[in-house]
Amino acid sequence: MDMGKQIKEGLLTRNPAAVQLLGLCAALAVTTTLRGGLGMGLCALMVLTLSNGILSLLREYIPKQIRLLTTVAVVATLGAVADLVIQAFLPGLMEELGLFLPLLGVICVLLGQGGAFAWENSAGSSLIEGLCQGVGYTLVLSLVGLFRELLGKGSFGSGMLNGGRGLQVFDPQYAAGGMVLPVGGFLVLAFVIALIRVAADRAGRPRKRKGAAKG
Amino acid sequence: MKEYQDLRLTVASSPHVKSPVGTRALMLDVLIALIPALGMGVYFFGPRALALTAVSVLGCELFEGLSRAVLKRPQSGGDLSAAVTGVLLAFVCPVGMPFWTILIGDFFAIVIVKQLFGGLGRNFLNPALAGRAFLALSYAASLTGWVKPGTKHWIEIGQTGADVVSSATPMADLQRGFLPWLGSSAATLRDMFYGNVGGCIGEVSALALLLGGAYLVFRGVIHPRVPLAYLGTVAAVSYLLPRGHEPVEWMLCQLLGGGLLLGAFFMATDYVTSPCTPLGGWFFGIGCGLLTLFLRAYGGSAEGVSYAILLMNLCAPVLEKFTQPRRFGGRTERKKTGKEGGAA
Repeated sequence: MDMGKQIKEGLLTRNPAAVQLLGLCAALAVTTTLRGGLGMGLCALMVLTLSNGILSLLREYIPKQIRLLTTVAVVATLGAVADLVIQAFLPGLMEELGLFLPLLGVICVLLGQGGAFAWENSAGSSLIEGLCQGVGYTLVLSLVGLFRELLGKGSFGSGMLNGGRGLQVFDPQYAAGGMVLPVGGFLVLAFVIALIRVAADRAGRPRKRKGAAKG
Repeated sequence: MKEYQDLRLTVASSPHVKSPVGTRALMLDVLIALIPALGMGVYFFGPRALALTAVSVLGCELFEGLSRAVLKRPQSGGDLSAAVTGVLLAFVCPVGMPFWTILIGDFFAIVIVKQLFGGLGRNFLNPALAGRAFLALSYAASLTGWVKPGTKHWIEIGQTGADVVSSATPMADLQRGFLPWLGSSAATLRDMFYGNVGGCIGEVSALALLLGGAYLVFRGVIHPRVPLAYLGTVAAVSYLLPRGHEPVEWMLCQLLGGGLLLGAFFMATDYVTSPCTPLGGWFFGIGCGLLTLFLRAYGGSAEGVSYAILLMNLCAPVLEKFTQPRRFGGRTERKKTGKEGGAA
């Protein structure tokens, strides 16, 4: 597989959240801060990458009929591991992600499309595919979290930077509190999706033009 | 064959009849109709009401120009629709709102609700009301800071020497189930008619709004069906369900209080976001009326006009779809399918 193509697809043209519109429920619910978006995205990235690698290694031994079952078992196991790790080492993030941390497995089955890629490709390219898709998902969630936190609370990186207090960019009395509410989630997500799609268009265009010029 | 080539024939789809009345003339009429309400707002709340309205108008025109420049669309500031949005947004805000807050409302109304969806004619919500809803979500404190009418405010709130006298509005009394003159706002029906009550800049004076509304109807800018259906529904339902008060008094309080008249004449009649079929307009007005009373009685805030109109804005395409007038000489779809079904 072409690695450059996988990276471009995962980040832009086949971005799981912005183009395939998968896992948006979590993208709306946990993205009131940059930490929530980034944390959720990185969890999904780890689970996706590892599960893609494991499933790809198993593809010689598992018959077609029980592939979906195997996918669910592997992804759910890794999701549970991520859940426990976060609970043990990052209790603040655990509180912020709340219900969506135990749901990580479900989201990752969706994002990985039931392991469709891993069952057909080598372990190496499956790992890279999971990584690229995970980075694409993390990108969208982090951007949504970044803008919602910045516009809605006037802060940047609360819970992560500056000893957990974050940087106060401007006085919170000027912050548009509506951005932290679900309404703001929909608004900002729409803008981020538009942004990614414009970038995907730009990324996809020159190649097409070259082809057209040659033809 | 050749002599026809230089003929400048315009090939266009209907309508072919052109009228000199354009968007600009209509919007100018709306602005004229809003002058009495502005005058009463300035009279009761002081020059700051005028300043806030002016800032809002300038902000809307500025954002309209900037966003269209960025989106590489032809400039449209001259059609005055952004100015109307600016005036209406200022009219549904209290006089004490900071200038930067109303500019954020202008930005949301013009850029996000109007221009990103394609500009005038393509917005699915009334921009001014959507801007207010956003401000209500984000800066609730400055949208509920009602000041007492008659305490004149200059450019900065509190420059009169006295502190800002906050007051209860008649709507708060109505929500609690009191008649305003027995409740904490102590407003009489006379006060509510002239506008001597706490509230938003442009909504307090029923007299001025009725004058403006009558002007719009007289000039043919709006058809009276939506305001009639809206006000009629509010009047009928509040007369029938007076919550234990004298029905006529309760009905008049509901009609004169809050932003109902402003909403019914100037916002529910928005060409873009209300149904253009006649029957749809009646349903739209009735829906607005029922939702307004429902939100006033059970909603989280004392007034429900803005959310009622926004919710009905969302229903407008469906209402249009189901109230298509029958073509002259044509049959309605339902009858046709019924006959075919019978024949089969």
